Amino acid sequence: MLFLCVVAAIISILPLFYIFFYTTKSGISSLNWDFFTQMPKPVGESGGGMANGIVGTLILVSLGSFIGIPVGVMAGIYVTEYSGGLFSNLVKFVTDVLSGVPSIIIGIFAYGVIVIPMQGFSTLAGSFALGVLMVPTITRITEEMLKLVPQSLREASLALGVSRWKTTLQIVLRTASGGIITGILLAIARAAGETAPLLFTAFGNRFWSTDLNQPIASLPVQIFNYAISPFDDWHKQAWAGALVLITLVFIVNLIVRIVTRDKFANKV
Amino acid sequence: MAPEIKSKKKWSDIFFEKLTLIFACSIILIVAWIIIEMFQDSIDAREAFGWKFIFSNEWDPVKEKFGALPFIFGTVVSSILALLISLPISIGVAVFLNEIVNRAFRTPLSFLIEILAAIPSIIYGFWGIFVLAPFMRGTVQPLLQSTLGFLPFFKGTPYGTGLLTAAIILAIMITPIITAITRDVLKAIPTAQREAAYALGATKWEAIKMALLNARSGILGASVLGLGRAIGETMAVTMVIGNRAEISSSLFEPAYTMASVIANEFAEASGNLHVSALIEVGLILFAVTFIINSFARLLIYSFTRKTEGK
Repeated sequence: MLFLCVVAAIISILPLFYIFFYTTKSGISSLNWDFFTQMPKPVGESGGGMANGIVGTLILVSLGSFIGIPVGVMAGIYVTEYSGGLFSNLVKFVTDVLSGVPSIIIGIFAYGVIVIPMQGFSTLAGSFALGVLMVPTITRITEEMLKLVPQSLREASLALGVSRWKTTLQIVLRTASGGIITGILLAIARAAGETAPLLFTAFGNRFWSTDLNQPIASLPVQIFNYAISPFDDWHKQAWAGALVLITLVFIVNLIVRIVTRDKFANKV
Repeated sequence: MAPEIKSKKKWSDIFFEKLTLIFACSIILIVAWIIIEMFQDSIDAREAFGWKFIFSNEWDPVKEKFGALPFIFGTVVSSILALLISLPISIGVAVFLNEIVNRAFRTPLSFLIEILAAIPSIIYGFWGIFVLAPFMRGTVQPLLQSTLGFLPFFKGTPYGTGLLTAAIILAIMITPIITAITRDVLKAIPTAQREAAYALGATKWEAIKMALLNARSGILGASVLGLGRAIGETMAVTMVIGNRAEISSSLFEPAYTMASVIANEFAEASGNLHVSALIEVGLILFAVTFIINSFARLLIYSFTRKTEGK
């Protein structure tokens, strides 16, 4: 039986290596300077890049962070620092439930709340969806990291006459900031790879767009459209995009691991 | 968690506390808002079809006839199949990481498994189309057909894409989450219990078996949570399941899931009724994942509280 556990461990890791290997093999040849700086070429012309998708993802994720980070961090502070009762348990529970809501549902939500009233797919709707998706991850991580700050530190600060909110912000939050920032990075990496909620909010765009009321390209949606297209050139481009995403995810996760060690492993 | 320290509260303290409270409430508000929004936006479909929506298997946007049964079928079958594949592997990995392997290997290995959870779903789908589906078509499905072909599940043409392929991708995607929670649950079992088992002459495997038995409600919670993930997974499934709204007993046949029909048709939906029907599919999906997640979380909470209280 113990032998079977070893087999299970090997089986579970195999797909990871295979995906890494295959993505690298298929994507590396198209991954060059053009990929990051050029616009997509029309069908039939080879070359070109996904510059609009990369910039689009950056814009979407940064705008999303304006929702995800404040809501996530502040709610995390409330749960650990100000309430230990039934209400904070309710907040924790709802946060967990929200983290389990399929991302495509968040897309429908953003569609109903922003796309319909504004009568069109837009950057704003896409960022809103990504922002909401980031909230539960950030809240949980903030909570876990704040819990690790020793109680004596809070007491020491309060004993020196520092007010409660300053203690929370300048002592507690600062002590935990390393972990929280890496947690935010994790949420950002996850949001950057999201496709489903962007299909009918940000929608995608073949051209440059920085207008918040217009559809905008994003790397994952571009990968999706290219992947299901029948053109070999586009497949190659999509693999290059996939390689960029997978590298991003790997690096961010590695940083998180190194900075936080085992502190909150498995808690996300 | 911070104990109440009695002091005169300044207005700034009260302000900051209320501010964090507002943000905390906003999470509850968002979830409530999602429910209300989806409920409102699916009114047209609910009025037009009523409960028939769930039990009808006709999905024809041209004739404006909408029934969600094929999607519910595809979602349920692919997710449960994924869980069946993933659960033994996940438990095995959790036991391996917790009880067998030494620290030097544990950290990199658990890191690698975490990365599996972080890979964007679109990449799984892309890999599924170009690597897994051809492999299924060329190797796995003919093999299943020649050995177990008498069963209705393995009849039909091996296309490569279809329910079985989707289930395998889902299994890969949910293994990390089930593993992680099973590990937490196993960690919560007191070492004293294991020592007692050893003292009574149990072998290593017998001690682990006892821990697993004691942890069963927590492991159930972990699997239900994994099931919830599988049900809501969109892009990877959309890319390999074949997207055909039919119900077939064969696992080789293309199928459709609730999440993938929304992904495929939402942006191009023509007519209000079509959009409304898709949102109702979303509402069903939301309700199912909501119930499943709440159930799983409560199981896991109560398990950890019980063992911590011992």
